Amino acid sequence: MKSRWLLWLPLALFAGLAVFFIGGLQNDAPRVVTSALVGKPLPAFNLPAGASDRPALDSREYTKGKPRLLNIFASWCVPCAAEAPQLMALADAGVPVDGIAIRDARADVDDFLARHGNPYAHIGLDARSQVQIALGSSGVPETFLVDGEGRILHQHIGDIRAEDVPGLIAKWKAAQ
Amino acid sequence: MIAELGLAALWMSAALAALQLVLAGGGLWSGKKAVAEKGALLSGVRPVAVAQGALVTLSFLCLLLLFLRSDMSVALVALNSHSAKPLLYKFAGTWGNHEGSMLLWVMVMGLAGAAVALFERALRHDTHVATLGAQAAISLGFYAFLLFSSNPFARLNPAAPDGQGLNPLLQDPGLAFHPPTLYIGYVGLSVAFSFAVGALLTRNVDAVFARAMRPWVLAAWVMLTIGIVAGSYWAYYELGWGGWWFWDPVENASLMPWLAATALLHSVTVLATRDALRAWTIMLAVIAFSMSMVGTFLVRSGILTSVHAFAVDPQRGSFILALLLIYIGGALALFGARVGTVREGSQFEPMSRESLLVINNLLLTVILGVVLIGTLYPLMTEAFGHQVSVGPPYFDRITGPLALIMMLAMVAGPLTRWRKDKVGVVAGRLLWPLLIMIATGAVLFVLGGERMSILSFLGLMVAGGVALGSIAPLFKRNLRRTPLFVWGMVVAHLGCAVSLAGMAADSAFTSEKLIAMAPGEKVETAGWKLHFDKVGPIAGDNWSAMQADMTVRRGGSVDIIHPQSRFFSNPPTTTSEAALLTRWNGQLYVVLGEQLDDGRWQMRIWWKPFVTLIWYGGLMIALGGVLTLIGRERRGWALKLRKSHAQEEWA
Repeated sequence: MKSRWLLWLPLALFAGLAVFFIGGLQNDAPRVVTSALVGKPLPAFNLPAGASDRPALDSREYTKGKPRLLNIFASWCVPCAAEAPQLMALADAGVPVDGIAIRDARADVDDFLARHGNPYAHIGLDARSQVQIALGSSGVPETFLVDGEGRILHQHIGDIRAEDVPGLIAKWKAAQ
Repeated sequence: MIAELGLAALWMSAALAALQLVLAGGGLWSGKKAVAEKGALLSGVRPVAVAQGALVTLSFLCLLLLFLRSDMSVALVALNSHSAKPLLYKFAGTWGNHEGSMLLWVMVMGLAGAAVALFERALRHDTHVATLGAQAAISLGFYAFLLFSSNPFARLNPAAPDGQGLNPLLQDPGLAFHPPTLYIGYVGLSVAFSFAVGALLTRNVDAVFARAMRPWVLAAWVMLTIGIVAGSYWAYYELGWGGWWFWDPVENASLMPWLAATALLHSVTVLATRDALRAWTIMLAVIAFSMSMVGTFLVRSGILTSVHAFAVDPQRGSFILALLLIYIGGALALFGARVGTVREGSQFEPMSRESLLVINNLLLTVILGVVLIGTLYPLMTEAFGHQVSVGPPYFDRITGPLALIMMLAMVAGPLTRWRKDKVGVVAGRLLWPLLIMIATGAVLFVLGGERMSILSFLGLMVAGGVALGSIAPLFKRNLRRTPLFVWGMVVAHLGCAVSLAGMAADSAFTSEKLIAMAPGEKVETAGWKLHFDKVGPIAGDNWSAMQADMTVRRGGSVDIIHPQSRFFSNPPTTTSEAALLTRWNGQLYVVLGEQLDDGRWQMRIWWKPFVTLIWYGGLMIALGGVLTLIGRERRGWALKLRKSHAQEEWA
């Protein structure tokens, strides 16, 4: 053992590593992938009505000064059915929710809403996924929070779980 | 009742671990006693270690029973299981979550401690006691972690009507075997760690110590190898991406201890045979288990994002970090303070087997460093405000060439004598492997090797040379009288060549086709004719799926394969079940994708020549370890038997 300080080198290296670990645990940097769409304006669209008892959906609905949720769903999508109670809870809490049914037929959507409840104020039918693509949404379900000037504030990918509801309500309130 | 019994058993085993630590520590502290008294001390500590192992096993069995009975009044079961799940996954679900896997961790640790208490005979008594004390000290920290921040037996009041189900990706027979083997490997390395601490405490590092430690390292290493091979194959067929290694933090967390353990395995052999590399071996023994703990910390604290992450929790992260600081910091401090007083080992010449093993050790350590830095790099840049992700390009490009150089040293090592050898003689022994390597390269070049990446080209070339070089130690030997541990080395090294050939062949020759097909259509790729017969729904135990029937033909053979897109309702998830058709020379890998609006289906079709060699090679490496273990230990048993006979005759 020629140089005694060399023996303490591993400990010193580990100490440096530990400082990084402690720093890393303190660091609250977002570890969630944030959508590139956040802060961008909602693309313009005008969709026909997706259900027989709800009005059609136009992107101008989002420039009327009130924040709204825009939910991408489909009658054939099972996670959407799992998400339905949470959307109902959001609607009951006073959050306006609109839906865009992807690659769907009006009769199927009616059937879906009859079975799982209808939280939507407006429903658009996007039979060819064109609006979905313009929105940069990759799958169903997905939910966007849009502010009163038509800017996207938040993108929720996947189904809304029960634990996500309070956070979404808080975000909606903050947007007002 | 079962949950309470399990919890009580867990508390009692924690108490026994504390007792074991106090007994061992107190006994060693109370001054220089005669060796005979140390023997008495050992017989005092031994039963405590065994009882601790038995109790923690009981606790684990209780949790297993709760999962098998789908007892939804236990929070962990309700969160991770479902009554409609097949029995195998209820069973495997026990460790498919954070708390259960930590209980598995402490059980393996307790059992390893009990095994060291029962079966270790070669170690000096005071070192043995210190080793058991160190093992108890580590266990104690993990018991505290379980009891204070991850109680697996917490009740749920009121009980849930049914569970939330297990992540469908984990609902695979692989899950039943992969985590336990990996954990036995991971945690088995704690024995090497405790040995190192025990040796430092009692200033006892020599060839006898190394021979005592070697079987424990070997056993843990074999399990770790099997666990990694199984995990790689699982990721290959279950994720449906056609890749077999993704450099994901969790994979790296299992690779880093393996690299350290592989280095340790070789340096402990140098210490056992030549009484050299004392400090280095101790260092590696500390690093190997430290890497297991660092890996667990990285994965469980949520400090790095990983596709494998269980529910992460920063509070748990802080707890594991505290354990890391105590154990790794403590062991390294002890190393700094004590290893200088360990007598220096034997010296060796620059041209000797020892030197080549040192080169192997250095390369393994460098690769370990590269993987560690790559894994931590996102964390480091995050500290400076950037978020990056480090992927395969970095890891492949840096570890690939290093691994190839190491393979060359691996061929030269066994062909070089201990202590001192002549450069010219070794070069002569290496002539044939070198010629084969050049010949492989030439053949590849003629067959169009310029189209492959340089790394796959070199990989195949080196694999050819290493394959011959690794069996070269058997030349001119009487095969019947060759000791089993030499066979073990040959098989393991040959396994490296086989695995390398598989990796290089997969990356050089794989052909991929992404197409949309309607039922009734045909496609041809890489010599295979695939006919898409039909597609239809099918129901399983707790899933439903769209399943395609495809007739595939090649040469004269006809097979029907069934790729599936599987849907699970609890929790709602879709997984793709790739259809694999294995031939001696490769695997056909077909994934059913989504349906397009015109009714056609997306299909991904791979033909992967010789890809299976990757895992066969991995299993050969593990088999080599098993052979060596049996070979070495059988010698030890025979020796002991002879010694006891001799003693009887003397008496």
